[in-house]
Amino acid sequence: MVTTLDQFETVIGLEVHVQLITNSKMFCSCSADYSGAEPNTHVCPVCLGLPGVLPVINEEAIRLIVAIGLSLNCKVSDFSKFDRKNYLYPDLMKGYQVSQFDLPICENGWQDLEIDEGLFRCGITRVHMEEDTARLLHRKNAGGSYSLVDINRSGVPLVEIVSEPDMRSPEQARAYLISLRQLLRMIGASNANMEEGNFRCDANISLRPFGETELGTKVEIKNMNSFRSVYDALCFEQVRQAKALIEGENIVQETRGWNQEKGITISQRVKEEANDYRYFPEPDLPPLTLSNDFVENIRSEIPELPSAKKQRFVSLGLNEFEAGTLSEDRSRANYFDNLVESLEGKSERAPKLAANWMLGEVARWDNEHVGKELSEFPIKADSLAELIVLTEEGVITNAVAKQVFEKMLSDGLGAKQIVEKDGLAQLGEEAGDELVAIVRSVINDNDKALADYLAGKSSALKFLLGQVMRQTKGRADHALVQSLLEAELEALE
Amino acid sequence: MTISKEQVQHLAKLARIEITDSEVRILASQLSDILEHFEALEDVDTKDIAPTAHPAPLRNIMRTDEVEDSLSKEDVLQLAPETEDGLIRVRAVLE
Ligand SMILES: [Zn+2]
Repeated sequence: MVTTLDQFETVIGLEVHVQLITNSKMFCSCSADYSGAEPNTHVCPVCLGLPGVLPVINEEAIRLIVAIGLSLNCKVSDFSKFDRKNYLYPDLMKGYQVSQFDLPICENGWQDLEIDEGLFRCGITRVHMEEDTARLLHRKNAGGSYSLVDINRSGVPLVEIVSEPDMRSPEQARAYLISLRQLLRMIGASNANMEEGNFRCDANISLRPFGETELGTKVEIKNMNSFRSVYDALCFEQVRQAKALIEGENIVQETRGWNQEKGITISQRVKEEANDYRYFPEPDLPPLTLSNDFVENIRSEIPELPSAKKQRFVSLGLNEFEAGTLSEDRSRANYFDNLVESLEGKSERAPKLAANWMLGEVARWDNEHVGKELSEFPIKADSLAELIVLTEEGVITNAVAKQVFEKMLSDGLGAKQIVEKDGLAQLGEEAGDELVAIVRSVINDNDKALADYLAGKSSALKFLLGQVMRQTKGRADHALVQSLLEAELEALE
Repeated sequence: MTISKEQVQHLAKLARIEITDSEVRILASQLSDILEHFEALEDVDTKDIAPTAHPAPLRNIMRTDEVEDSLSKEDVLQLAPETEDGLIRVRAVLE
C-alpha cells in the first residue's frame, strides 16, 4: 500500500474528560468514590434528579478546576455560570447534564510539549466543569437485550479540557495526553487513568492539502480507552481520510467509533438531532465570580510543573540534557534544589557542580536502587554539599572525593570526618618534599616506562603519573605531580 | 413569530413525548401565542445590557467537600419500575 500521507497535513484537536479527586459529588454530598462501591448506594434526591431539590456547588471541585486551568496557562474567568445540556438517555437521571456552555471557568491557555522535533505549544480552548453520568451495563439474554443502570457515578465532578486543533500528528496527540496526565497527577486533581475510566479522550481529526489554511471536514473519534488506542485510531483515521481524498471522495462529518479488535474506526449511526441540546442557564446554581484572592491562593499552592522546572534549571546554567533529566522526576528535582541551596554562597558554580554530582555518582546510586526514590538516598543534600565544597576548595582531589562518597554511603559519616579520620587531604605544595620522594621512587621502579619516555613515548608520562597517584591513593594534586614528574625526567635526559 | 407543526414534532421527539396530530395543531398555535407575547421584549433596547445569567443576586454559593449519608439502596430501587441485582433495568440502549 502506497502511503498517501505526504500530500496532506493532519489536524488534530482533543477533548479530554477527567474525573476530579473529591470526597463528595459535584452538587450533592453523596460519596464520589464509586469504584468498588455497591451499585446504587451513593445516591440521593439531588443526584437522582427528584423535583424540588437544590444542588450546591462543591468548592473543592472548583479549586481543582482552577488549579488545572492555571497549570494550563488559562485565564480564570471572573464570571462563569452553569448551564443545562438537555438530552434524554438512561445514563442521565435529570434529563439534562449540568455543564457550562458559553462562560466556562477557564479559557485561552496552552500546554508546552516536548517532542522529538523540539518544543511544541498546543493551545487550550477551554476548561469547563460538569458532572459525570450514571454507568450503564448492557445485557443480553434469551428474551433480548436490555441495560442496567448504576447511579453511583452520576454527579461525580468531571472536567472537560478542550484543545485547539493545533496537533499535526498522532505522535503530538500522544505527547499532549501524556503531559496532560502528568500535570493532572502532579497537582493532585485527578488519577488520570484511562483504563480506569477517569481520563477519557475524544479526538477530532481532519486532513488538508499542505499550504491550505482552511480546515478540512473533521471526524470525531470515540471509544478509545488507552493512550495506545488513541494513537492507533488517529493513525488509522489519517490514512483512511487521505485515501478517500485522493480517490475524490468527500469526507463525511460524523462520529466514528474505534474498534480495538479490528483496529479500525467505524461510522456510528448518525443520531438525528444529536446536537440539539437546548442549553439554558441552570436556574438552581448562582453564577461564580471567583475573586483574585481565591485564584491567587490556589496558584500559590500549585507545585512547580516539570516544564517550568526545566526552564528554571536551564536559567541556572544547566544544559538541556541536564535540566531535562533533573526535572523529569520530582524527588530528583527536589534533591537537586536542596543541593544547590546548600551550596549557595560557597561556590559560584553551584548549580553546575550539583548537576555533575547528580548525574554522576548520585545517578549511579539511583540506577542501582530501582524502585527507590531519591528522597530515600542515604546522603542528605547538605552532607553532599560539604563534600562538594571540600573538593572545590582543593582540600581533597576529585579522585578522593569519589572514595569519600562511597565511605559516606557505607559508613554514614560526614565528608569532613572521613577526610580527617583517614588522612585524605590533598597533597599539595606544602607536601612538596614528600611528593618529590614518591616521584623519584616511581621513576626508579619503572625502568621500562622511563626507557619509553626517553624514546619519546608520551604515554609513558601518563603511566608514571598514574603510578604516583596510586601511591598517594589519589590524594596528590594532579597538576603539581605532573610538573614535578616533568622536572625530574627532564633532569635525566 | 410562529412555531411550525414540524418544530412541535421535533420538540416532542427530543422530549420523548408522544402527541397526536390534533395536539400538534393545538400546541403549535399555543406556543406561537406565547412567543408572540414575548416579542414585546424586542422593543427594549438591550444593546448595552449583558445577558442575565441568574435572576437572584446570589454569587459563589458553595459547600465544603464533605460526604453525608445517601439514601438506602432499597429507597432508591423502589423508585424504579424494574430492577435486577441491585441495578435499575431499562430498555436496551443502542451503543
Ligand atoms: Zn447525591
